[in-house]
Amino acid sequence: MWMLNRLYESGLWMDKEELMMADQHDTPMLDELENGPWPSFITGIKNLRDQHEKPGINAVANDLLGQLEHSYETRKGYWKGGTVSVFGYGGGIIPRFSEVGDEFPASREFHTLRVQPPAGNHYTTDALRKLADSWEKYGSGLVTFHGQTGNIMFIGADTKNTQPFFDEINEDGWDLGGAGPCVRTAMSCMGAARCEMSCANEHKIHRILINNFTDDVHRPALPYKFKFKVSGCPNDCQNSIERSDFAVIGTWRDDMKIDQDEAKAYIKEKGRKHVIDNIISRCPTHCISLQDDDTFEVDNRNCVRCMHCLNVVPKALHPGDDKGVTILIGGKRTLKIGDQMGTVVVPFMKLDTEEDYEKIVELSEEIIDFWAENGLEHERTGEMIERIGLVNFLEGIGVEPDPNMVSSPRHVSYVRMDGWDEEARKWFLNNAGDNLAAAS
Amino acid sequence: MAFADMRKPIESGCPDGMQYMHPTSVRNFGQWKYHDHPRPGVLRHVASSGEELWTVRVGTQRILDVFTLRKLCDIGDEYGEGHIHFTIRSNIEYLVADGAKVEPLIKAIEEAGFVVGGTKNSVAMISHTQGWLHCDIPGTDASGVVKSMMDELIDEFRNCNMPNRVHITPSCCQINCGGQGDIAINVQHTKPPKINHDLVANVCERPSVVARCPVAAIRPAVVNGKPSLEVDEKKCICCGACYPPCPPMQINDAEHTKMAIWVGGNHSNARNKPSFQKLVAAGLPNNPPRWPEVTAVVKRILHVYKEDARDWERLNDWVERIGWPRFFELTGLPFTKYHIDNWRGARESLNASTHIRF
Repeated sequence: MWMLNRLYESGLWMDKEELMMADQHDTPMLDELENGPWPSFITGIKNLRDQHEKPGINAVANDLLGQLEHSYETRKGYWKGGTVSVFGYGGGIIPRFSEVGDEFPASREFHTLRVQPPAGNHYTTDALRKLADSWEKYGSGLVTFHGQTGNIMFIGADTKNTQPFFDEINEDGWDLGGAGPCVRTAMSCMGAARCEMSCANEHKIHRILINNFTDDVHRPALPYKFKFKVSGCPNDCQNSIERSDFAVIGTWRDDMKIDQDEAKAYIKEKGRKHVIDNIISRCPTHCISLQDDDTFEVDNRNCVRCMHCLNVVPKALHPGDDKGVTILIGGKRTLKIGDQMGTVVVPFMKLDTEEDYEKIVELSEEIIDFWAENGLEHERTGEMIERIGLVNFLEGIGVEPDPNMVSSPRHVSYVRMDGWDEEARKWFLNNAGDNLAAAS
Repeated sequence: MAFADMRKPIESGCPDGMQYMHPTSVRNFGQWKYHDHPRPGVLRHVASSGEELWTVRVGTQRILDVFTLRKLCDIGDEYGEGHIHFTIRSNIEYLVADGAKVEPLIKAIEEAGFVVGGTKNSVAMISHTQGWLHCDIPGTDASGVVKSMMDELIDEFRNCNMPNRVHITPSCCQINCGGQGDIAINVQHTKPPKINHDLVANVCERPSVVARCPVAAIRPAVVNGKPSLEVDEKKCICCGACYPPCPPMQINDAEHTKMAIWVGGNHSNARNKPSFQKLVAAGLPNNPPRWPEVTAVVKRILHVYKEDARDWERLNDWVERIGWPRFFELTGLPFTKYHIDNWRGARESLNASTHIRF
């Protein structure tokens, strides 16, 4: 039986037409997903079954459709995990073994290889074609750009083909991403490659952070997952505050730039009511006003860089010149204690010089080391902060408290405060420069 | 193969994107001045140098077969400039410096059966999870839900008729590897796991499973003479957190695994601080192959939002202005005891004021 399955999987024992005729699974429910105007993934899988020149791919697609139809009928999933990796790595592949493999033998082993995309998700058609060529040599021919963590998902290789596929694309400059309790593949927005809102070199931040932890990506040995995400501005297109342990977001701290001629042209075109309703009254800190001569005035000390007015009038309003990043730590989704946003740990950091970049790498190392030491099994960084309190976390990583870290100071008096004088002295010492500047 | 013969991996990590980036992007990196939106699905970015980069955004089936991937590449070579970007919502974007290429490009894309849109105040492509196609713990199939829903929302993707952009995101389990969304469609289990006690001892690391439970409802037990686990069903919140580390604790159920809808998740800092999505509807059937009940509720919410929200209000901004009682009134959705939070920190979500709209 085992030999028969192997032969069947290889598709060598019958020619293509025979295979198509012999054992094509009926898929009445999946067929419904070929109706309607949106492109259908079912049609794509059927094309692999019916039109691909490799009988092995035809057979895998056929049994994949068979198992998926079985899921649709019974409303259950039938994949189980396991252990599959390539030589030298401990992670990067999501193993999938079918629980109903006897009925659908060709897709019995259907692992996903997570491959790190280029920073910013840029590709050439040549690069994509080359990946497609390698993938159809060894895998099912199904791929997604990208999974929710940000990887290229090569969906469906059996165990023996994971190594040669990886070897081939690895020679072309591609590497596996993270899976399991490890540093995961990072994400960054297109940012400086296209967007005028960009306040940072997202591309460089992304690579310098993640490629410092290559060992921790490939060899899962942390309490749980750890994600870096980089957005070039507070619009946060990468969902970094909500979905990453280490969120880096571009911002600026001087005055926003206003092109008053463009502002006047916009106000003339849209009218004052539109401008008041959509810009002035939408400012969360009421810091932008419309002047009598139809120009904008901004109270920059009270601007929180929310981006709304820049989004509405990108021709007239621009980020300032003194750019840097804000870093928030500990965002995550539901498991185990509920959804959590990241918390500001660094309100502003310049990222101009190589020394600046060394500082952000050092901070990430401090955080991951502290969490690796103190996090419980399966505990995300944000859950650890919830358990031990932000202050213990800050002391652990050597960062001083800052009022930008809180929405408000504590409102419950249950706290021991006999270190007050020392802490207040530290505050004045650390902020002496700022205080002198403010006083002068 | 002997150990010494094994090929050692090149630990190159994340590749340099610059090698694939459009040359206009490379030349004008960090030097962009503004953008505009000539039509739905198209963006024009202008650099300080005066150079332009045009983007055509395209919705696809996301699970791409190699034929489809090559077809998308053919379009990029013949009508574009060979440079492609994928958005966080799995749209493919063609980048061209020559604006004259945009219309023929759109024509070729649409003739090939793909959909141009998803920019600005449209319903964006639904970013989604794996589901029955590949996940080991799924309660439903994300690809099928998304295909069914996008069939009905395609005009909202192609046009920009919403007050602001709408991000929809499904998750196939309650762990939620899907994101926060203006509208999220998430699996909600309603019964405790069914335990196969014959398998637990051999398959599960029992202390890890006990530790995984958010409400400490799992404890070690001996059942039929074998070491196993038992669940205090009065405490159990039916979240399914025990199922991944212990597959014999089956949480998925053909009848009792339901679909729930959450609204108002917003990752952006624009106007308000980022917000989490809130529960609005549950108990919807997990009804393959097209999940019509789920799509119907999503369309109802979208309809009311489109009618009632002001320009630039994301769904959470709109609800904050009109209040939750009005949201339930306008959508006709029932408000139940399940909408009142009882998780940690829940009292912060209760109304501690006389701010009430009549």
